[in-house]
Parts: sequence; C-alpha cells; structure tokens
Amino acid sequence: MSDFPGVRLHVVSGKGGTGKTTVAAALALALAGGGRRVLLAEVEGRQGIAQLFDCPPLGYDEREVAVAPHGGDVLAMAVEPEQALLEYLDMFYKLGRAGRALKKMGAIDFATTIAPGIADVLVTGKIKEAVIRREGGRPAYDAVVMDAPPTGRIARFLNVNSEVVGLARMGPIHSQAQSVMTLLASAHTAVHLVTLLEEMPVQETVDAVGQLTKAGLPVGAVIVNMTREPILPADALVAVAEGRLDTAELRRGLRAGGLPKSPSIEEGLVAEAVDHAQRVALEETERDELARVDRPTYELPLLEGGVDLGGLYRLAGALAAQGVR
Amino acid sequence: MSARAAAGAEAGTVDGTADLTVDIDAVLDRESVVVCCGSGGVGKTTTAAALAVRAAERGRRVAVLTIDPARRLAQAMGLTELDNTPRRVAGIDESAGGELDAMMLDMKRTFDEVVATHADPERAQAILANPFYQSLSSSFAGTQEYMAMEKLGQLKAAGLYDLIVVDTPPTRNALDFLDAPQRLSRFLDGRMIRVLVAPARAGGRAYVKVLSVGIGMFTSVLAKIVGMQLLRDLSTFVAALETMFGGFRERAEATYELLKRPGTTFIVVAAPERDALREASYFVERLAEESMPLTGLVLNRVHPTRAPGLSGSRSLAVAEMLTDSGASPLTAAVLQLHAERIALAAREQQLKARFTSAHPHVPVLEVLAQATDVHDLSGLREVGASLAAGAAG
Repeated sequence: MSDFPGVRLHVVSGKGGTGKTTVAAALALALAGGGRRVLLAEVEGRQGIAQLFDCPPLGYDEREVAVAPHGGDVLAMAVEPEQALLEYLDMFYKLGRAGRALKKMGAIDFATTIAPGIADVLVTGKIKEAVIRREGGRPAYDAVVMDAPPTGRIARFLNVNSEVVGLARMGPIHSQAQSVMTLLASAHTAVHLVTLLEEMPVQETVDAVGQLTKAGLPVGAVIVNMTREPILPADALVAVAEGRLDTAELRRGLRAGGLPKSPSIEEGLVAEAVDHAQRVALEETERDELARVDRPTYELPLLEGGVDLGGLYRLAGALAAQGVR
Repeated sequence: MSARAAAGAEAGTVDGTADLTVDIDAVLDRESVVVCCGSGGVGKTTTAAALAVRAAERGRRVAVLTIDPARRLAQAMGLTELDNTPRRVAGIDESAGGELDAMMLDMKRTFDEVVATHADPERAQAILANPFYQSLSSSFAGTQEYMAMEKLGQLKAAGLYDLIVVDTPPTRNALDFLDAPQRLSRFLDGRMIRVLVAPARAGGRAYVKVLSVGIGMFTSVLAKIVGMQLLRDLSTFVAALETMFGGFRERAEATYELLKRPGTTFIVVAAPERDALREASYFVERLAEESMPLTGLVLNRVHPTRAPGLSGSRSLAVAEMLTDSGASPLTAAVLQLHAERIALAAREQQLKARFTSAHPHVPVLEVLAQATDVHDLSGLREVGASLAAGAAG
C-alpha cells in the first residue's frame, strides 16, 4: 500500500460479518496489480477464499487462484497447524516417521487443543517462512496477505510470544515464537482492520487498535466495508433525520411526476426517508469514532446481491483507486 | 395461564398449512429457561435482553445471562461490572411483581469455580497455577459455550428465578454450543491425556502398560521438540485435572439434559441474510435431531416497505423523470430510496421464503429494523413488543 511502503506482510482482521475474507482477497488482487506476485493465506480452515474465487478447496500447497489487472498473480493456500508442524519437524529434526507417529497418537490435535497458542505459533511461523522465502535471488512473493482471525482474537493470535512464554520458557517452540514475533512487530508488517459503519464493529475496531498497539504490533489501515452513498440531498439529511421533511415539496414533486394523491403513500415515503436519514446520521457518528483512531482509512462500496468474482475485481479496483499498490 | 396463552402455546405445534403463530407472552409466562441462539452479529443479545425485560414486566422473576453485549446495552442494563453475579436491573416496571437480574459471563472465573468445586483445595491450587490451565481456561474451543451452560446449571440450581434467559456465545458455528459437553468429554477421554497422565501415576499398572508400547521413546521425542519443562508442566496439569474428570463430565451431561426437559425452549435468531439464515437452518435441524424444543425463528432487522401502495418500478420511473426535469430533487431522492427499499424487502422475503419452505413447521417472527441501535430499556421494550405482536407469517 502506498501508505505502507516496505510492508511485505498484510494481516487482515475484522469482526465476524464485516467481510474480512472478501477484503483480504480484494487487497491481494490490488497488490498484485502491475505484474507482482502475492500470496493470499487463510488460517482458520474455513475455505472462504475458495468460495470467493470459485475454485476447489485450498490445501497446504500454494496454488494460483487469480490473475491481477495488468498482469500479476495471486496464489492462495490454507495454512493448517498440523501440516505446519509436520513440515517444521521435518525441516529441523528430519522427523518424517516420528512426525507421522505423533499425528497418529493424536498428539497434534491434543497440542493445538490444550494450548491454542502453540497452534498459532505454527501457523504464523509458516506465514513468516513464505514472507522471507527467496527464489532466484529475489523474494518469492512481493507481498503476503493473511486472512487472519477476527478482531476479538487478533492481538492474542499475533502476540505469539506472550502466548507461549508461559508454556515454553526455552526450547525450540520458544525460539520459533521469538523469531516470528520479530517479523510481526517490524515495519514489514501491517495489521489492517475491516469494519462496517455500525456500533459493534466500530467498537471492536477501536478496541483492537488499542490491544495491538499495546502488544507492540503495527496497526495498518482501517478498511470500511459495505458503504452506501446517501441518496437524499446533503442539505436535507439533517432535517429529515429529525423528522422535518418538507412534505409540501414532496407532494408537489409527486404531483409533478403524475402520481395520484394518497396520504398513506406519502406517509410511508416520509417514514422511509426518515429511516434512511437516521441511518446515515448514525454512520456519520461511527465515522467520527473511527477517525479518532487516526489511521489511514479506505472505503469499499456495498455490492448489492453479494460478492462474486467480478465484484472482487471491482473492490480491488476501488482499493487501487484509493492508492493501494 | 390464560386461555389465550394456552391456545398460543399449542399453535406452534399444529401441523399442516395452518398459520404458524407464536404467542411470545405465553412462552415468557410459561417456560423456565429460554435459550437464544444463532450466529454472531444477528442481534441475539438484544433479543435475549428484550425477552427478559418483557417477562420481568409481566410479573416473573427473571435472570438474563449474556455473553458479550454491546457496551451501551450493557450500561443500560447496569452491567458495568463483570463479576459473574446476577445484579438487579434498575428501571424495570416491577408493579406486576416481577424483577430482572442481569449478568455477564466471566468465562475464566466460572471455570475457576468449577475447579474449586470439584478438586480438593491443594489440587485446585495446583491446577489454577499451572500455565496450561491459563491457556485452556481462556481459549479451549468450546470453553465459553460450556461455561455458559455451567452457569445456567448453577443459576437453575439456586432456584431464585422463575425464568432464565440465556444468550449463547457468538460462535461462527452455532452448533459448537450443543457440542460443548461432548467435546469436553471426548477431550478428557483422549488417548494423549492417558499417555501424559501415565508417568504421573508412576508404579501404577497403566504406566507399565504404556511403557511397554514404547512411550519412553515417544516422550523423549516430544521433549526434544517442545522442551522438557513444558512436558513436565503438561503432565502435572493433566494429572491434576484427571482427578476431577468424573465430576466434570457429570455436570456437562446434567446441563445437557436440562436443555431437553420440559420448561426449556430455544429461540433461533437470524438476520435476513444468506449466511445467517443458513446457520439458522442448521441449528433448527440440529435441535430437532437432539429433541430440543424450539419456539421459533426470530428474523431480526427486516425492512418492509412503509408505502406498499407504490411499486418499485413506478417509483423509479417517476424518480428518473423528476431528475431529468430537475423539478424536485428531494422527491426524486425519496422515490429512489423507496425503490431500493422495495428491492431490499423483496430480497429479504425471498430469503425468508427459502427458509420456510425448508422448515414449514417453524414459526417465523419478524422484528423490524430499528433506525438506531438499541441501547436502553425503552428500546428493549419496543423490540419485546414487536416480538409479542407476533409479526408472524
């Protein structure tokens, strides 16, 4: 992102229902524009990316899912703690067979259940490997975008150090956690938060900014998703929200449009206009609240009828138009 | 119970094409546990709070157990402290003899209490101090669901309330909530637990048996990977925990049975959106599988048109004409809004129809979208009235 020079790892979080997976995918497409290579990684096993790109379920292998505008590739993968652990064991301990034995014992299931922090280290460790991997003398990826856990869990998820420090005071898990933390807390990482202009998501976003900052993690942009243009003329909005719609003017307009006189229709139209104006006013309050966190802010429009592949490119275009590259 | 309430109670079970109506007031007057469930972000907490307020003002002694209310809603209910104890909500009309207590679930504290109840003081101390307990008690998948049920069991056992309304955790997969007791049991029965507990039972038969299958090599590999200290902590923790397995499982199962007993009913909450309704569908099916009683689906935040006499296409045509002539920008905008509202209402009704065709016997109660968020008692009363008016169909 132009606001984030030097950032190689974009972590995308947001309250459930705000569309963080969609935004992560659009961001990956936007970043890949103009011939770059971007990895989009899912970490919660939900297969949301495959649904968006309308492709078969993702696995642990990195697979091309889309071509960006003006050349550029988006690859995607689903990072899964079990695979990450086996790969890690193989890399450091040549534990091919013993690793499989652990799996058979249910050891991995067990470890990730009783100490979710350990699963988080394995997952973020894999992401880190993709970020620093080099191929042919240059980084394998220009950027990595992670569709991360929701805001309620994001600070803990990323703050792997504190998650495992109580559990593993030394040893390999401990050193792995530290090296991951070094990347996550560096200027190469930005944690973006997706929100809607509604009370709960905005409240969670503000809370998450506080938690991330406290944990020493770099907060990136606030991305406001599903925004709608106000339809009523700006000068009428405030009055209408307070229930003062110029009904004489409305009646004149309806007559001019050839509609028959009908008090019930007029009343209904006024009520709908008031609903709309009040919602716009509420959105403005939430916008002001977001402005207080003082981070670069991007807005994405609501796509009527849901997001398909075409819609994803539209959102990527909207991000590019706001300076994401 | 009045004759009208009795009739309403029957209506939900009538077969066939009969109009499915639910008398929410009858449900609130009759039941002793109401569980609100559904995916996150659909207004579950608000629904639970609205039902509780209404029941209390109808004369019942009510407790509402919430998980993660919006801050201002929590303030409106006087939930400023998270201390795991129900507190009286001020501003409730108690003239009918009812009252309302509210509490926010403190997951960790509830877990601590369970440990304290089931282990002797020394063991409890060992468990609470173990780093694995810290991790498990705050993030074990299903802990929150299980603890919500545990707290419900406790409140129920205390016998202070006529009705307990429970708001379930905002898990993406709403089914987690029903699975929690079994998942906990399965976890505690797991093979790894057995293996790890074995060394701590040194000398016991289990140890010898496990040793014979080469557990020594196994733990040494583990120790190499995760570090010896971690393994020791884990083993001690699991051994301490094991002593309370029996009590744990018993409790989980008792609470699960409580949910099936007469006097308990479920209300599934959804918003008129594809994902939320899909989850609601799964939930309805799952409740039927488990023979859990369902009152119906609350479809929150619907946007019916307020001017049904004017079609969307006509509205749009006139709006375009007015925009072209520049005659009345205000009217053009109002008409464009109306056309969008009609399109939205049609999409919502289509989603609802899809749900009802799959679940023809589940009553659907629509709650109108409020222009602003609900965060005071009068807002909750409005939602409650809207539910009771039974915009069912």
